Parts: sequence; structure tokens; C-alpha cells
Amino acid sequence: MNWEAIIGLEIHVQLHTNSKIFSGASTAFGAEPNTQASAVDLGLPGVLPVVNEAVYPKAVAFGLSIGADISRLSVFDRKNYFYPDLPKGYQITQMDKPIVLGGSVQISLDGGTLKEIRITRAHLEEDAGKSLHDEFPSNTGIDLNRAGIPLLEIVSEPDMRTAKEAVAYARYIHQLVTYLGVSDGNMSEGSLRCDANVSIRPMGGTKMGTRTETKNVNSFKFLENAINFEITRQRDVLESGGHIIQETRLYDPDRDETRSMRSKETAMDYRYFPEPDLLPIAIDDEYILDIKSKMPELPREKSERFESDYEISKADADILVSDPAIADYFEAVTKICSDGKLVANWVRVELLGKINKDSIENKAIPVSAEELGKLLNRIKDQTISGKIAKDILNILWSSPMVNVDDYINENELKQVSNTSSLEPLIEEVLKQNPKQVEQFRQGKTKVVGYFVGQIMEKTSGKANPQQVNQLVLKKLT
Amino acid sequence: MMHNESITEQLHALKIGKYSSKELTENYLYRIKKLKDLNCYISVLEESALRAATDADQARAKGKAGLLSGIPIAHKDIFCTKNVSTTAGSKMLHNYIAPFDATVVAKIAAAGAVTIGKTNMDEFAMGSSNETSYFGPVKNPWDTSRVPGGSSGGSAAAVAAGLCSAATGTDTGGSIRQPAAHCGITGLKPTYGRISRWGMIAFASSLDQAGPMTRTAEDAALMLALMAGNDPKDSTCIGDDVPTYLEYLNSSLDGSCIGICEDFFTDGLEAKSEQVIQEAIKIFEHLGAKIKSIKLPHIRYSVPAYYVIAPAEASTNLSRYDGVRFGHRCKDPENLNDLFKRSRSEGFGNEVKRRIMVGAFTLSAGYYDAYYRQAQQIRRLIKNDFQQAFKEVDFLIGPTAPQTAFQLGEKTDSQIEMYLQDIYTIAGNLAGLPAMSIPVGFSSKLPVGLQLIGNYLQEGTILSAAHQYQKRTDWHKCVPVLAINKVQP
Repeated sequence: MNWEAIIGLEIHVQLHTNSKIFSGASTAFGAEPNTQASAVDLGLPGVLPVVNEAVYPKAVAFGLSIGADISRLSVFDRKNYFYPDLPKGYQITQMDKPIVLGGSVQISLDGGTLKEIRITRAHLEEDAGKSLHDEFPSNTGIDLNRAGIPLLEIVSEPDMRTAKEAVAYARYIHQLVTYLGVSDGNMSEGSLRCDANVSIRPMGGTKMGTRTETKNVNSFKFLENAINFEITRQRDVLESGGHIIQETRLYDPDRDETRSMRSKETAMDYRYFPEPDLLPIAIDDEYILDIKSKMPELPREKSERFESDYEISKADADILVSDPAIADYFEAVTKICSDGKLVANWVRVELLGKINKDSIENKAIPVSAEELGKLLNRIKDQTISGKIAKDILNILWSSPMVNVDDYINENELKQVSNTSSLEPLIEEVLKQNPKQVEQFRQGKTKVVGYFVGQIMEKTSGKANPQQVNQLVLKKLT
Repeated sequence: MMHNESITEQLHALKIGKYSSKELTENYLYRIKKLKDLNCYISVLEESALRAATDADQARAKGKAGLLSGIPIAHKDIFCTKNVSTTAGSKMLHNYIAPFDATVVAKIAAAGAVTIGKTNMDEFAMGSSNETSYFGPVKNPWDTSRVPGGSSGGSAAAVAAGLCSAATGTDTGGSIRQPAAHCGITGLKPTYGRISRWGMIAFASSLDQAGPMTRTAEDAALMLALMAGNDPKDSTCIGDDVPTYLEYLNSSLDGSCIGICEDFFTDGLEAKSEQVIQEAIKIFEHLGAKIKSIKLPHIRYSVPAYYVIAPAEASTNLSRYDGVRFGHRCKDPENLNDLFKRSRSEGFGNEVKRRIMVGAFTLSAGYYDAYYRQAQQIRRLIKNDFQQAFKEVDFLIGPTAPQTAFQLGEKTDSQIEMYLQDIYTIAGNLAGLPAMSIPVGFSSKLPVGLQLIGNYLQEGTILSAAHQYQKRTDWHKCVPVLAINKVQP
């Protein structure tokens, strides 16, 4: 039987703020355990939460970017459950009246078609702490540095049908929140975590199957694996005559599988009710207009502009805008070297290749846009060959202080374009390779490339390959 | 005798050098020891109090006296006090040392007051008799076989017995006013949000409010002015400027209109208490006020609404006591659930457990609409009733409690009877209104309290009415026998 998967995601985005959502403690990543947990984060007797107002504009900007309704009055609720890393015994979140309602995004599928994914809601909440099970034999450690970190939970409709679509959606949300400055988008530090709701049904069916929720998936690759595992698992269960249990599952990246955490029967009743320690959040039209006026250019708009302004392909533009840091870098380089296609090609292939290879942050490209622009200008004015340029980029990558023009001069890397100095070399090569010359005479014109290669080697790459090509042809005919 | 003087009188004595703060503090510390069987205090801060008193005397000598310089004040043990045991009357926190001061504590200390100790209370402020305290019940100074009321019973009894100049209390359903009535002192619960709740251990967040417990309305005005005001650490705290309450005190009652609600004079009210209240009403008439009968149609639903809302909030406020980070932890937990279950089973007393269970039930899926939502709707109706009433009258008066102090152990087996002790006070919390209790006479040698309820932020109105009454009468000057017994150092 053919099956169809129904997938919805809950994405927890960590909001980029200096202090926590309900206390003044720092949100900086990587501090010693419990050094960034105030009395409020510890849930000591007598403490009260106070909302960090920096979270409102971020939630509103996200809402506006997906065409959602911004609630004029939204309310915090308590979600009650006991867990050692949940200090108060409840999480402050938003249940009945979230700050963002509705909206949708368009994701690009393979083949370039767009698909709309509807968003149900997005609400503000606090993160819990972390339980450390491995560090202490026979004990569990609790680190409350993360307790109270502001989150925006973005809940989608079950509009995705494949793991690939789910990943495309998650990537799009990641891109959006990074663009908006809502989040630093740093996946390795847990800035974006997904819960995947997955069910399957016979292809073309209308009734929803029983779903499972796979929690806390923190990379796109894991998300794809977890969903695919779950689809296969559910199909195997159903095809062997079993039924799916509604349950919460956990993805284990080490074994690439999902495991049951708890079933619906033992699921908790969270006893939600309005948080009496906080007033409702009131947002008026003026506030919304102000945030609207400060919204940055969004990825899709930017991509379209790149296509027309720099005459580059849609594929190139999409890749360049995938991260605002890369997009900004690209534009900075085009200010020096106006050949958009050349710049796009170098940023996309060479630069991103190096970034991936060294796994560094996009924000931390060691080569300044100005030097790269100058380097590309030297290719354009035929001062150096593309091959030499790549060598220089490698140098720049490790020694960012190097000046491109000085380096070219000092190392005598300028292309040899002088016919009189090239001609003796060409004659010498032809003389040394009579066999190949004979082949050319018999119509194997491809051997020209061989000669050009030889010359390039003899000039340590400094010759202009096009010119050499022409000269070789001239000599041979 | 200095220990029975009002703060105003003591400040005057300190000013003219009649006695020093050190002498006053020593006197109270001595009396606390002598009368320790009353069980008013959970901790007595002898050393730091004497140090603070000496500092206050020196400050005064240098002309740098604050508004409460050298006055020994006791705090209900629900207020966090930095580096000092803060128990909320519970075994759960018997070993808890707070790392910061409650805003109320900090403000009173900043005015130069001497923190003399932490007073006994019903566990987590849940009780009307002080009998739910892990540290044992407080005894009523007027009759030590009787309860002082609750939950601020330790504070009320300490003021009445002459064991401090004044005390702080908290009031979620009557916990300042009812013990004030039973102990014959003045107790004020201000408008919800008038005083910061930061550092005040939560019982029911939307109802809890701190307030002063004093000998006179004038002292209450002085204390309130210090305790009230905006606090960036409490989002529900009211930002409005704090009026100079003392300036209100001498406004005449001439031409004012006082409301009497007939629902406050029902069968449940003890006959002799009612007589005393009626006499007090006559005095207000003599003072120039007009009395008008008003209706509060929904007030009869106060108690049931309260006993849904307060336990619901309490059930989640008390979730943090799980044995993980602080407070009582059971011995040798087998696993996580065992740690939670046993720490909480051992740490909480029965009344607290009862309310947590009721609260968890009313918030649970399928019951929320029938209980919690319904109770909140009733709460809105009660608020509206009061707003209607305040269109016609300046404030309301009636009894504080349906009866005088009852015998220890008398009502511990009947929760309903215990809960009905707050029948007249609860509406003030549900509506968030300022309300106070003042002593207006005796029934069988036990004090009777009169309640005054004002409109939002109109503490000045009820304080001034109370002060006018106290200028005309001497009930507030009556002290129990053990407060005049010669227990002197």
C-alpha cells in the first residue's frame, strides 16, 4: 500500500536577548553551570517574574513577517508539571491567548515550485534548565543557566508531507528568524529545536492517522532522519496489523532511531491557568507600525532583488540570501567588483566551500569583502589568472592582513601576456612533443589543451591561458 | 509602660530622650522571653536587634533619625529576611535561610526600624487560627486557651501582648484583619498591589497583600506610607504615588456616607458581637456620618469562589517545594518520584495538602470551566457589586469576623466552620479593595473587631475614619492583663 505522511512542526526559537525573559540573569552561552541563574530562575520562595520587554518586538516582527495577526492582548499562563530542571514546578508560557496567531510561509520544493505552510500560532515562553545525567555517577546534576531563556514556540499546521518538506520549512523559519534578528540562529547552541508531529495514512485518504510527537530535535539532518525513521516505523506497525499509540518519542542521533518517552495514557494534565504574577501584554497599532517600519528586507525579497540587480541566477541568489551575513558580504564585495556573476560565483563556490570545510560561523569570514573585491578585479583586468586568484584567496584566508595588490607584486604573480616571452616557450614545448603535434595534424584538436597545460606549468601559472591557446593554434596552423 | 505605647508615642519618647531604642528593644526582648509560651515568634533576632537599636540611637544622636528609627518591628515569617531563617510556618522551610530581603522588610529597615523577630503563622498562611503552624499554635493574649486568629496570628498576638511596637502581616482572605479583631488591635489590608509582593512567600498570588498590624490607625498610616509604593520587581504592584496618609487622618466624617451591607449581619454572626458592632455604628453617626443600607447581591458567593481560586493558585505556587533545590528533602530517595512525593508528603501539613489537592483538582482538564473559570466570573460580579456601592457611599462598615476568638482545637476538625471565619473578609480580597479591622469593644471579655472597606486606593479614607473613631473611643487602648503585668527587666 502507498502511504502518505502528515507532518506538523513545533519549532522553539531562542530569542536573542541579553537577559532572560523573567529575570535579569545573562543569557550568554557556555558559562559554568548555575552561574547564570538568579533567585528568580531558581524559583526561590518569594520571587516574582518580570517580563523582559525586549521579547515583544521580536515576537511581533516574526508575526508580521509571516502575515499573522498580532494579539492586542495576550496572556501568560502557567503550565504545571514536576521535573527537577523546572524550578518553579511550572513553566510560564502562553496557552489561550498567544501573541502571534495565524500566518503562513512559502517553502521552495525540489524543482522550484513553492508550497504554502500555514502557521497556527507562535507564543512566548521560558526555557527549562538542563539535567546532566552523565557527569555524575549515580546522581543527576541540574544546570539552571538555561532556565528562563526566552523562547518563541512556532506551531505549524500539519501541512508537510515528507521529511524533506519539513526540513525545508524548518530551514526557512531558521532563515527568517536569523534575518529578523529575532534569534542568533546558532543551531549548535540550541537556538532552534524542533518537535515533529508525524502520522501516516493511506495515500489519498482524508482521515488523519494517530500521530506521535518526536521531541527536541536540534539539527536539520536529525530532523530529516527522525521523521523518516518515524514514517517507516509507523508504516511497519500498520502493515503488520498493529496500531499506532499516541505518544511522545525521543530521537536518539547516536542510534538514529526514535524511542517512546511516554504514552498518552500516562500523559500529564498540565493544569494551565493564567499566570497571576504577570499582567496581560497589551500591544497597540502604533507599536506594531513602529516595528513594521524597522523590519529588515526578508530573504525572498532580497533574492529577487539580487537576481535583477546583479543579473545572477535564481539558484545563486537563493544560496546567497540563505544567511544574512553571506548576503551582506556578497553585496559588500560587489561594491568593489561590479561583476555580480563573478562575485556570486566566488562567494558561492570558493567562500562557502571554505566556510563549510573549516566549519566556521558565516559571520566570521576572515577575508574582508574589500580584499576579495580587489582580488576579483585583478581577475577581470587579466592581471592574474583564476588559478592564481584561488591561491591568493588561500593565503588571505589564513593571513587576513595581506594586501592583494602588494602580494601580487611582491610575488611576481602577474600574468605573462607578452607574446615575445611566450613564443620561445611554445616553440620549445612543440619541439619536445612531436607525437602530440602529429596527432593535432591528424585532427585531434583536443591536444591543444595539453600544450597549454605544459606552458602554464612552465610559467608557474602566470601565463594567460587564453592567450597561450591562441598562440599555440597559430604556431600549429 | 513603654511596650504598650503606640509608635507615635514611642517616637516622641525617643526624640525627647525619655528612653533609648536600646532600652525599648531590651524591654521587648525580655518580655518575649517571659511570654514565650504565647509562641508568638518563630525566631527572635536578639543580637542583630540590639545592634540595630544601638545604631538607631547613635543615628538619632547625630540628628539622622529615619521615620521609624529605633522602633522594634516584627515580621510575619512569610517575608524573606536576608541571612535569616524564613519558614512560612512550615516544616518544608524549617531550614531555609533567605538570601535576600523582601521589599517590605528592606523598606522598613531603611526607615531605621529594628527588626526584632519573625512571627509565627499558619503554614503558608493557610488557616484562620494559627493552628496549622509547624511551630505550634499561638495563644491569644486575652485568653491563652483561645486562638489568636490567623494566619497572621503571631503578629497580632505579639502586638497585643506588648512584644513589639508593630508587626507586618499578610492577608489573602482575612489573615491580617481577622487576627487583628481577635487580638484587639488595628490591622490594615491595603488595595491589592499597593505594597510589593517581592520576597513575600506566595499563597495565592492574585489575592495576597501585605499590610501593617498596629495599636492605632495612626500607626497603621505611618507604616503604610513606608511599605507602599511601586516596585519594579513586582509587575502587579501599583505605580501610583503614595499619599501622605498621616495628613488624611484629621479629615472630618461630617457629611460622609457609610454603607452597611445586610449580608454582613446574618445568622452566623454572634449576637453579642453584633451588639458591639451596632454601638460602634452609632459612634460613627455621632461623628457626623450618614448610614446607608446597601446591597452586595453576590457577596454570599465569596467563600465558595475564594475556596476555588485561592487553592488553585496555591497548588501551583507551592510546586517549587520539591526537595530538589532547598527546603525539606526526604531521606534516601529511591528515585525522582520518590524524592518529590516523600519530600512533599513529609514537608507539608494537612491543611496545605488539602488545599493543594483541591486546587489541583479545580484546575484539571474537564473541571477548569466548572470551577476556576466560574469562580473568576463570580469574582468579577463581586467587584462590580462594590463599585455600584461606592457610587452611593464613601466606605462600608461591618463586623470583621462572625465571632470572637474561639478555643484552641475547637474547629480543627471542621474545615467548613474554619473557612467560615473569613466570611466577611474574603470579599475584600476578591475585589482587591483596602479594608481594615479596628477594636470596638468586647464580647465576654474578648475583643470584637469592626471592618472598614474602602474603594480602590482609598486607604486614606478608611484610615481617617478609623482614626476619628479612635479619637472618640478608648477600645484601642485596652490591653490584655498579661500586657500590663510587671514583666520588666
